[in-house]
Amino acid sequence: MNFRIENVLQTSRRGFLKGSAGLALAVVAPGMAHAGTGAGPGIAGSSMVDGDFSPNAFLRIGTDNSVTVVSKHLEMGQGVYTGLATLVAEELDADWAQVKVEGAPADAGRYSNLFWKAQGTGGSTAIANSFEQMRRAGATARAMLVSAAAAQWKVPASQITVKSGVVSHAASGRKATFGELSEAAAKVAVPADVTLKDPKDFTLIGHSAPRKDSLAKTTGRATFTQDIKLPGMLTAVVAHAPRFGGKVKSVDDKAARAVAGVTDVVTIDNGVAVLARDYWTAKKGRDALKIVWDESSAYHGSSDAILADYRELAKTPGLVARKDGDAEAALARAGKVYEAEFAFPFLAHASMEPLNCVMKLDADGCEVWNGEQLHTGDQYALAKALSLKPEQVKLNMVYAGGSFGRRANPQSDYLLETAQIAKAIKGRVPVKLVWSREDDMRGGYYRPLYLHRVRAALDAKGMPVAWQHRIVGQSIIAGSPFEPMLVKDGIDATSVEGASTLPYAIPNLNVDLHTTNATVKVPVQWWRSVGSTHTGFSSEVFIDELAAAAGKDPVAYRLAMLAKHPRHAGVLKLAADKAGWGKPLAASADGKRGRGVAVHESFNSFVAEVVEVTVHKDGEFTVDRVVCAVDCGVAVNPDVIKAQMEGGIGYALAAALSGAITLKDGLVEQSNFNDYTVLRINQMPKVEVHIVKSAAKPTGVGEPGVPPLAPALVNALHAATGKRIRALPIGEQLQTT
Amino acid sequence: MTTINLNGRSVTVDMPDDTPLLWALRDGLEMTGTKFGCGIAMCGACTVHVDGQPTRSCVTPLSAVAGKRITTIESVGEARVGATVQAAWQKLDVVQCGYCQSGQIMSATALLASNPKPTDADIDAAMSGNVCRCATYVRIRAAIHDAAKSLA
Repeated sequence: MNFRIENVLQTSRRGFLKGSAGLALAVVAPGMAHAGTGAGPGIAGSSMVDGDFSPNAFLRIGTDNSVTVVSKHLEMGQGVYTGLATLVAEELDADWAQVKVEGAPADAGRYSNLFWKAQGTGGSTAIANSFEQMRRAGATARAMLVSAAAAQWKVPASQITVKSGVVSHAASGRKATFGELSEAAAKVAVPADVTLKDPKDFTLIGHSAPRKDSLAKTTGRATFTQDIKLPGMLTAVVAHAPRFGGKVKSVDDKAARAVAGVTDVVTIDNGVAVLARDYWTAKKGRDALKIVWDESSAYHGSSDAILADYRELAKTPGLVARKDGDAEAALARAGKVYEAEFAFPFLAHASMEPLNCVMKLDADGCEVWNGEQLHTGDQYALAKALSLKPEQVKLNMVYAGGSFGRRANPQSDYLLETAQIAKAIKGRVPVKLVWSREDDMRGGYYRPLYLHRVRAALDAKGMPVAWQHRIVGQSIIAGSPFEPMLVKDGIDATSVEGASTLPYAIPNLNVDLHTTNATVKVPVQWWRSVGSTHTGFSSEVFIDELAAAAGKDPVAYRLAMLAKHPRHAGVLKLAADKAGWGKPLAASADGKRGRGVAVHESFNSFVAEVVEVTVHKDGEFTVDRVVCAVDCGVAVNPDVIKAQMEGGIGYALAAALSGAITLKDGLVEQSNFNDYTVLRINQMPKVEVHIVKSAAKPTGVGEPGVPPLAPALVNALHAATGKRIRALPIGEQLQTT
Repeated sequence: MTTINLNGRSVTVDMPDDTPLLWALRDGLEMTGTKFGCGIAMCGACTVHVDGQPTRSCVTPLSAVAGKRITTIESVGEARVGATVQAAWQKLDVVQCGYCQSGQIMSATALLASNPKPTDADIDAAMSGNVCRCATYVRIRAAIHDAAKSLA
């Protein structure tokens, strides 16, 4: 067995394309469309909406010559507004300056993620699932504009050209803007099929059109959930149970209600909410609450104890996730067995915008403003909680101040919390839930704590003949709506991905898994690059250990096992070459230099990173430079790809250096950026990104830059010092071991 | 009642004296460009200028800024240094999620106003109080150097 989240998703995708004949506009079901932009395919005269030409759900062309692209995906920093607009504008032959982007409402009928059959953003799928769909949306509009011009000018459509937002007929010298043609184009029948451009004719794809959100985000004008203000709106601040699973036994809210400006105090499932006209007043009210907690069902575990339990579990076989040959038998035959244990802490996402949600509840239903990442799941969860029909739940997607997975909560946690508060005040006024940084840090839904035990044996030439990889930890997916899709025979694909997909040619390769949800009750969730956050580390550090044991060069050692994986080999060679692998590093008066490498595939993209470090006498070290090579198929926007690699490297480095959420007797020991330390500018290395030129279908870039960083860093520290770090975060292990 | 000079205008806020300037701006005056990130001056998302000095508004009570001159992201571009910094940010496409960038720009503007040719070490010192979880630091550094060049 060989589970991969990508395979599951690819299967769904093929099913979708077959069912819809590959024509994106076919997803428009008139009955499901909101009033507005729901013109169905082939409905002549129906594509004029509010005075704009709206040939499909993904774009509108105004008589003012504006092109508005409707993004079905959340912009949380990854550049998707720019990416989707690039795809539409490319085939539309629009002028980049006339293109604007707005977020789509929740409407799975029109805005489904084609890999999921539900609306949502995640798994680095936004560009991959939309690549053809958005291009077709643009090409369809272009064809209609051309038809309209041909009819007006009484010339053959074949003689008409479109460039930078201008439709022209050379022979007659006639020209028109999109805006001038929009009313006529709206009356043209939507074509059944369109021809997409030959990639050699691309003028935007591959050319780094500037980001569409730069202006708003550099002038304070971008609207995040935190910035929504509705008439009469109250801010809610919640006192949450200190331990997961805790409930309110009793509350004395006298002092809280005495705070001037506090309007309501309401008890909800896992805490008490205080409402006021502004955050500061609500927070003062919350701080004045006296709550007695019912901890009869609360979780009292500690990280140290969890790790000790996992260590015991790792001695016994788990459920088999991959079995090539027989690793145990090969290990038993081997003269020497190499063995290593890898440990990973819980990690908080800690986005810059603490979690929040705005909700208005009235007789017609519920309206939400949110950095909305899982539209369909949240819509259904809210409908159920509020006894509404899903279509009565209107979700407005605004910019998210980061997410890294957190806003795609499979349990819709903070949205349901908002709904409980809104319901408790009977929808009297709109409510904005605001979590403090401490609420966000202690609110759970962490990257799970994991323990890995890996054993291997080498042949006479030093190459691995056996590799037994055991993983112990909580399943992210179990108990979530994604379970039917991603858990098979008890194995959560996201727990083993990256290990079960190890690319190296090893004849006896086994991966097994212990899932611990029965005993460990910490809410867990996907965290930027999901399973690869830990499998990429253990695999790529242990391979490095084997190379060292065999006395081989780490790059050559890997390449010797990658003959069947040319894209892994390609990025590995490119990164090594650009980093000057094999040439000595410039010596430093400050300490010992070292260079390390790692390569990993996630979300169908391939990334290799070479990290250079300087280790000082006291064991402190600096990360000097990271050279990154990425193969993500067609590079839709190379500069955004580069930015995602830079950012992924920085996000991964923060976790590798010091990221850890620890539990003691069920209490989270960290609270804010003072004790959950994150990367700062003085710690950021120089980063070089090299993108492999490729004609393959585009794949994700939001997450794949993350996994190789930590193993490459640890391998570099080993090269510099001879010390091998196997537990994250690195912390002060170089000083103490 | 506290009166401040906000972006060149005298305004009065009817909020308790201990209310942090951040919440007075956001909830009292509906100036939402300044962001809430941590509440304890550890992330810099709330950075504004108080009499020209970069200041964490989340821990600065209204009582401490009565009568002072406050500049926020909404008006920092009205002066040459701020406008140049914003232009450099746009030219290099620094932003990702963008939530921290108001604070980054306020800190960078204050740096360049007092030190027109900052070294990398100067940038580290002035900017290490501003967290960016998207880790746009490579571009923040480049944009500050770029703005310095434009201002020279």
